[in-house]
Amino acid sequence: MAGTKKLIDENGIRLDGRKWNELRPIKLQVGVMKNADGSAYIEWGKNKIMAAVYGPKEVHPKHQVLPDRALLRCRYHMAPFSVDERKNPAPSRREIEISKVIREALVSAVIVEDYPRTAIEVWVEVLQSDGGSRVAGITAASLALADAGINMRDLVVGCSCGLIGEQVVSDLDDTEDKEGNGDMPVAIMPNLGLVSLLQVDGVYTRENFQKAFELAIEKGKQIYQMQREALTTRFFGGEAQSTEVEEAAE
Amino acid sequence: MMKKNHVVESITKERMVQLLASGKRLDGRALDQPRNLNIETGVIPKANGSARVTLGNTLVLAGVKIATGIPFPDTPDKGILMVNAEILPMSSPYAEAGPPSEDAIELARVTDRGIRESEMVDMTKLGLIPGKSVIAVFVDCNIMNVDGNLFDATSYAVVSALRTAKMNRYVVKDDKAVATDELIPVPVERTPVSVTIARIGDKLVVDPNSEEEASMDMRITITTDDDGNICASQKGEASTISAEQVLQAADTSISVGKAIRAKILEATS
Repeated sequence: MAGTKKLIDENGIRLDGRKWNELRPIKLQVGVMKNADGSAYIEWGKNKIMAAVYGPKEVHPKHQVLPDRALLRCRYHMAPFSVDERKNPAPSRREIEISKVIREALVSAVIVEDYPRTAIEVWVEVLQSDGGSRVAGITAASLALADAGINMRDLVVGCSCGLIGEQVVSDLDDTEDKEGNGDMPVAIMPNLGLVSLLQVDGVYTRENFQKAFELAIEKGKQIYQMQREALTTRFFGGEAQSTEVEEAAE
Repeated sequence: MMKKNHVVESITKERMVQLLASGKRLDGRALDQPRNLNIETGVIPKANGSARVTLGNTLVLAGVKIATGIPFPDTPDKGILMVNAEILPMSSPYAEAGPPSEDAIELARVTDRGIRESEMVDMTKLGLIPGKSVIAVFVDCNIMNVDGNLFDATSYAVVSALRTAKMNRYVVKDDKAVATDELIPVPVERTPVSVTIARIGDKLVVDPNSEEEASMDMRITITTDDDGNICASQKGEASTISAEQVLQAADTSISVGKAIRAKILEATS
């Protein structure tokens, strides 16, 4: 598994030039789709992901109506051209699971009680995928929800950390995800200090588990600042411009 | 999965939260106490390995089938391992026939992840002819009766079935993999143990039953290995958990997992 390629060199520098705790460049843009009630576009490393929100709207089929709150629907989908080998466009089991965990990560932030008997739809389309697409999707989707004017308790922001050998690293790209030793996507509500998504694979000592988990939270808070800037640009910055934040090397 | 009667449910939850405040559960268990675990192996002789596991009233039957297959292009010399789970329509009044539900897909994938990530089976020992032929191990789980915590019951069934499975030894003759009559065990190296913890109100409880699942706010499944490493986890349900409780759950899953591992080893060796 590991060791086939050297993912970190002797100076602790990763294949793409990052240190263990650095993020890839992230670009966020809010309000980019004409028809959608809210939308956001994220470029995170080589990931290119569009999130769009429709609603609150009438629920169809009717029997799915929730009398006391909104029904949050979520679909995470990868375009057939988003990966090296063409992906079958039909939803895979992986995409169904990710749709579920993204929905569960977002629904605790949305004040669903404010919109009884309605549906809120979140569509996440991965146009190009490069590791960490679910956390990038969540980060964009929560901006799209905010853009749609949906009442929320907090934004939701995701970041994935993991292991290369026994070294904890932040924000794994596709190669590191596949060749590395573990991946841990985490989504948080930064102001409330709550975790709304946590998945783990790889073998972590108790110490590394805590280190990776806490690093993901720390990095999430950093990305949250970018989310705020993107929303500020959208609502107070005139023309929708992209907010590009590149992390300075520490 | 099990939310039906909202009135009874909310009354039950109220009572449950009251009891939990004094460290008690409706069925009398301690907060970190799993239900009775019973493992019976070799129950399906036609399968290469099998296990019938009950965790309280939850009943899961896992069966292993082993054949040769074509390796994945990125791992030409490694075997194939697939874990799948199906929630049978007979398993509860609320289960339905038809294509797998979102819950069933999540169950199968989380179970598979725990087995795969812990490197329970040494896949390098399942290679036959690089790029052409490898041993493929399929573990299918039938959920026969649902009373909460399908994640752990399914995981224990898979681990027990794999630990007791026997397969034909293969030899390579004229560039072909041929099965011999000799039966050998599956190359099992590790014993991953899944521990699922539910948050009800602000309390964490281990191994929630159906009644507790109907009242839970959040669920987290953590799989640990023989050395107390964490090798898989999945948070579920439409609520959150604090960072402190994640770490608390990690410690609980390590300690509870250790006791359960001893039981699984005892039942399967």
